[in-house]
Amino acid sequence: MSFLIDSSIMITSQILFFGFGWLFFMRQLFKDYEVRQYVVQVIFSVTFAFSCTMFELIIFEILGVLNSSSRYFHWKMNLCIILLILVFMVPFYIGYSIVSNIRLLYKQRLLFSCLLWLTFMYFFWKLGDPFPILSPKHGILSIEQLISRVGVIGVTLMALLSGFGAVNCPYTYMSYFLRNVTDTDILALERRLLQTMDMIISKKKRMAIARRTMFQKGEVHNKPLGFWGMIKSVATSAPGSENLTLIQQEVDALEELSRQLFLETADLYATKERIEYSKTFKGKYFNFLGYFFSIYCVWKIFMATINIVFDRVGKTDPVTRGIEITVNYLGIQFDVKFWSQHISFILVGIIIVTSIRGLLITLTKFFYAISSSKSSNVIVLLLAQIMGMYFVSSVLLIRMSMPLEYRTIITEVLGELQFNFYHRWFDVIFLVSALSSILFLYLAHKQAPEKHMTP
Amino acid sequence: SLDRVKVLVLGDSGVGKSSLVHLLCQNQVLGNPSWTVGCSVDVRVHDYKEGTPEERTYYIELWDVGGSVGSASSVKSTRAVFYNSVNGIILVHDLTNKKSSQNLYRWSLEALNRDLVPTGVLVTNGEYDQEQFADNQIPLLVIGTKLDQIHETKRHEVLTRTAFLAEDFNAEEINLDCTNPRYLAAGSSNAVKISRFFDKIPGFPDRKRFGGGTLKSLHYD
Repeated sequence: MSFLIDSSIMITSQILFFGFGWLFFMRQLFKDYEVRQYVVQVIFSVTFAFSCTMFELIIFEILGVLNSSSRYFHWKMNLCIILLILVFMVPFYIGYSIVSNIRLLYKQRLLFSCLLWLTFMYFFWKLGDPFPILSPKHGILSIEQLISRVGVIGVTLMALLSGFGAVNCPYTYMSYFLRNVTDTDILALERRLLQTMDMIISKKKRMAIARRTMFQKGEVHNKPLGFWGMIKSVATSAPGSENLTLIQQEVDALEELSRQLFLETADLYATKERIEYSKTFKGKYFNFLGYFFSIYCVWKIFMATINIVFDRVGKTDPVTRGIEITVNYLGIQFDVKFWSQHISFILVGIIIVTSIRGLLITLTKFFYAISSSKSSNVIVLLLAQIMGMYFVSSVLLIRMSMPLEYRTIITEVLGELQFNFYHRWFDVIFLVSALSSILFLYLAHKQAPEKHMTP
Repeated sequence: SLDRVKVLVLGDSGVGKSSLVHLLCQNQVLGNPSWTVGCSVDVRVHDYKEGTPEERTYYIELWDVGGSVGSASSVKSTRAVFYNSVNGIILVHDLTNKKSSQNLYRWSLEALNRDLVPTGVLVTNGEYDQEQFADNQIPLLVIGTKLDQIHETKRHEVLTRTAFLAEDFNAEEINLDCTNPRYLAAGSSNAVKISRFFDKIPGFPDRKRFGGGTLKSLHYD
């Protein structure tokens, strides 16, 4: 009986998450495009719904809501469904969408998408071999095998995003790094841009004249040349067409220049806006935050290095340690069980919400940057895949932040994964990502002011 | 200035502006369309008052501005530099994508707001207000692309919708497929519409002509 009630609660919450994913898709991701294939929207919302359910189950675990056995059942079921989606459904549909876009293969698209999916499975499987993530006693198609591989990909993604985010956040917030841009700089660049466009236009006018005179003289060959025609054209090429190719090359170079100037001008406008923003209250607040975040970032890099160098994986979670410190060193006595439950609920809740929000924002930015009307479906599916893998590995890593008594369910359901490996792998990739982001931002920052100083 | 005729080609990403401009200027289908970053220009040789004794030939510059209406404001500010002294606007939308047709209102607002004399009537929510363009002197043309991808059964419904759209802009409309040059073949009704549109641009007889006076401009660079 209680199982039925629990299941209905779970299903209601899943429908709510599904609705939220649907709205997000329509309002944010696809607001400039037309949704023509609703299957894509459904797949995205379903992936989102099941990922959020996993987090919900963790929260329920901490709060002790619902029956323990029904929680366990739902965990297992949810995990199976998510793995089914991430390993079978979404990759297959991605392959199918890609193949449908290629006209040549349209007739046998099912066949080719199956082939694509099999290739994906092969590489996906091979991915797990170099990593010591599994004890060899599990069968080939068990949950542990699939989850371990999904976890590796997801953890890599998380660490990459996390490393870049940790460095980029203070860089964008702090106004210390803002380059000084004046209106005259912008005007000068705009003038150069318009001059370049004028040069392109004058060259194209020359080409138009040349083409028209060639056409009127009947020199334009529209039909394929015969054998003798080709020999003749090698020996005596019409002077008109030679000029045309020369001018065309000049035009190509000028067009490339105009593109660069356009991008630089847009960059200057963006910097100018950021300078304006930093003078407002909100801007000053973010600037202040930026200093905190830079300290946090340095600390995280330091901790990652320590973890790797000393081969140390934290045994206790921050909540228990914090409570230990307060009880032992500060001598404050309070009900450990009660507080540890609530504090870990708040902490885990914050981690979950910020990671979901952060991921959705990053996905949206990424989507706007690279999608076009043709490829929008494929990109959304790829994003759904990334989102699913990201959330699954968040569950793996969140285990570290929870007290021991709440970890059991994750350990039980996910089986005997080498959790320590994942944390180590996260630290390594985080370090690599953070250091290369610092290098990249340093180079980009250095290069920019010199570009504008050349006349 | 009277030395140049500048026509903007506006529309969402991927509707086919570059293919259209290539077709209009070089009478050929664009083989490898790719992203337009910034603005690409091409020149069309136009016969003003074709077929009449007053026929003269002029250059028309077609400025194909890339991007989307939802771009960052820094990109919009950069694009605004191309909207100076515009003589005509071609609005391009994709017949298979309703959003691109709706976005034309925002595109026209973005381009025309530059030259509009402030009348005190400020439409702040970005919605299209026909009154704001009541005294708009710049001729408009609405072109719908990818006609070949509309199935026969849906054609009537789509064409009705675009007729309303063109009426809102008080403009002529043309629907075609940029990968097929026969839509703009000489003498076809579409070609006549385009000629008429370019002829609407004011001030032609005073302008510098193609062929006459261009010997100097050949040595410009």
